[in-house]
Amino acid sequence: MTLPTEQFILNIGPLHPSTHGVFRMRVTLDGEIIQDVEPVFGYLHRGLEKLCEKHTYKQNIPLTDRLDYVSAINNNWPYVMAVEQLAGIQVPQRAEYLRVIMGELQRIASHLLAVGSLMNDMGIFYTAFMYMFREREKIIDLLEMVTGQRLLYNYMRFGGVSMDIPTEFLPALASFLKVMPGFLDEYDSMLADNEILLSRTKGIGVLSAEAAINASTSGPMLRGSGVKWDIRKTAPYSVYDKFEFEVPIGSSGDCYDRYRVRMEEMRQSLRIIQQAVVLLPAGNEKQPVPLRLRPAKGETYAQIEAPRGILGCYLVSDGTEKPYRCHFRAPAFINLTVLRNLLIGQKLADAIIIFGSIDLSMGEVDR
Amino acid sequence: MTTAVDYNDLVALLQKQFGKGFTPATDYVEMPAALIAQVAEYMKNTLRFDFFDMVTAVDYSDHFEIVYRLQSIQNNSLASFKIKCSKNTSVPSLANLWLGANFQEREIYDLFGIEFTGHPNLKRIVLWDGFEGHPLCKDFKGKVYDTAN
Repeated sequence: MTLPTEQFILNIGPLHPSTHGVFRMRVTLDGEIIQDVEPVFGYLHRGLEKLCEKHTYKQNIPLTDRLDYVSAINNNWPYVMAVEQLAGIQVPQRAEYLRVIMGELQRIASHLLAVGSLMNDMGIFYTAFMYMFREREKIIDLLEMVTGQRLLYNYMRFGGVSMDIPTEFLPALASFLKVMPGFLDEYDSMLADNEILLSRTKGIGVLSAEAAINASTSGPMLRGSGVKWDIRKTAPYSVYDKFEFEVPIGSSGDCYDRYRVRMEEMRQSLRIIQQAVVLLPAGNEKQPVPLRLRPAKGETYAQIEAPRGILGCYLVSDGTEKPYRCHFRAPAFINLTVLRNLLIGQKLADAIIIFGSIDLSMGEVDR
Repeated sequence: MTTAVDYNDLVALLQKQFGKGFTPATDYVEMPAALIAQVAEYMKNTLRFDFFDMVTAVDYSDHFEIVYRLQSIQNNSLASFKIKCSKNTSVPSLANLWLGANFQEREIYDLFGIEFTGHPNLKRIVLWDGFEGHPLCKDFKGKVYDTAN
């Protein structure tokens, strides 16, 4: 005898699934298997692009911090780069190296949070997370030493950075760089063969290279699927062409590969910081620019490789002191497009892990 | 380094395929809105621009401008397009060609009110369904910000 079955609609959220932000999924289920998903978001929408049109160029820098609040320094970057391109501002070499050092420290902090909360998602509650936060705390102390802030740094300025590093920063950074590879080895020894991690991520949420490109994914999402595409290599900005580093890629495109790519990227970031400290030139950290900046009429696009993928800023100036239009190509928002395709046919229990492996920051998705 | 295509060459190529109406600029090609779906398909399948990087719109009070950025991962090259459309017209959707255009076009619909014909699921994305108006239009008046001062 066959029993008639009918589809069942389950509403997940709007809640804070672990630490990612307020997000809702409307899931259609057949038994345990997901038939359809409708992501619903916008709970954190602050109209950031509209706000950018209401404020002057300089007033917008702290707003960009609030895009992706776990990697604030990287969010300043495309915006100040776009304004520098429009206004023709030269950035001193020292400032470029300081941007790279701070940006890569922020990338490690962001990946530590991503990996830690992925472990939370799969049920390794807070043990791995706390290990990750132990090192993230050290990075945040370093960033605080330079900027005075711990979450939203408002660090970059047009033509440089807000302040030079204090004398105690480089010794503190050197001792961090000395111990951090050991900590990454420690995570690997605890996690690489972890039964929970392997059984819950291997072969789960497989995204093929073609599908990843077609869905415009970027960052560890795209590289986890085996596509070697990193803006720092393919279109080097700032001084990234001066450093030697690898672009780690995955092979099968499952959640495990995305996790591995993030772990390897942290090691590569350490390599970049080590080289940047050696090459750090003397000089000014900031080029003086007019307080009421009025870039020439025109438009420009600047992009960087943020921890979550390609973060771009499309800026249109009409010659006044406020931007005419400021659009952010938010990587997490675009990476989210593929979520529905990843989830269909999977079990409900895997949905949160696949969601976590995308590594979203809702501030950036909703803007 | 990602290199932009030579826009004069690209325009010559596109004019051979699709007729007149293409104008090269320093870093984009301006083209008629009605042809965008065919041109995008040609760019994707023949010229191998496989990565749909970004689409966004700008409101110029009397018309909208939509900016497309396509990249080729195989050849590490870049091509930008710009279309102009008058208010209250619709534009062909590219969401069936690239999944990556899906949410971005919905965002433009939500914030500018530009309709994309052929989009599989065109509805508001960051604002709620009952919201009135399209905030990124220059004539939008917000309840708090624009009326307070």
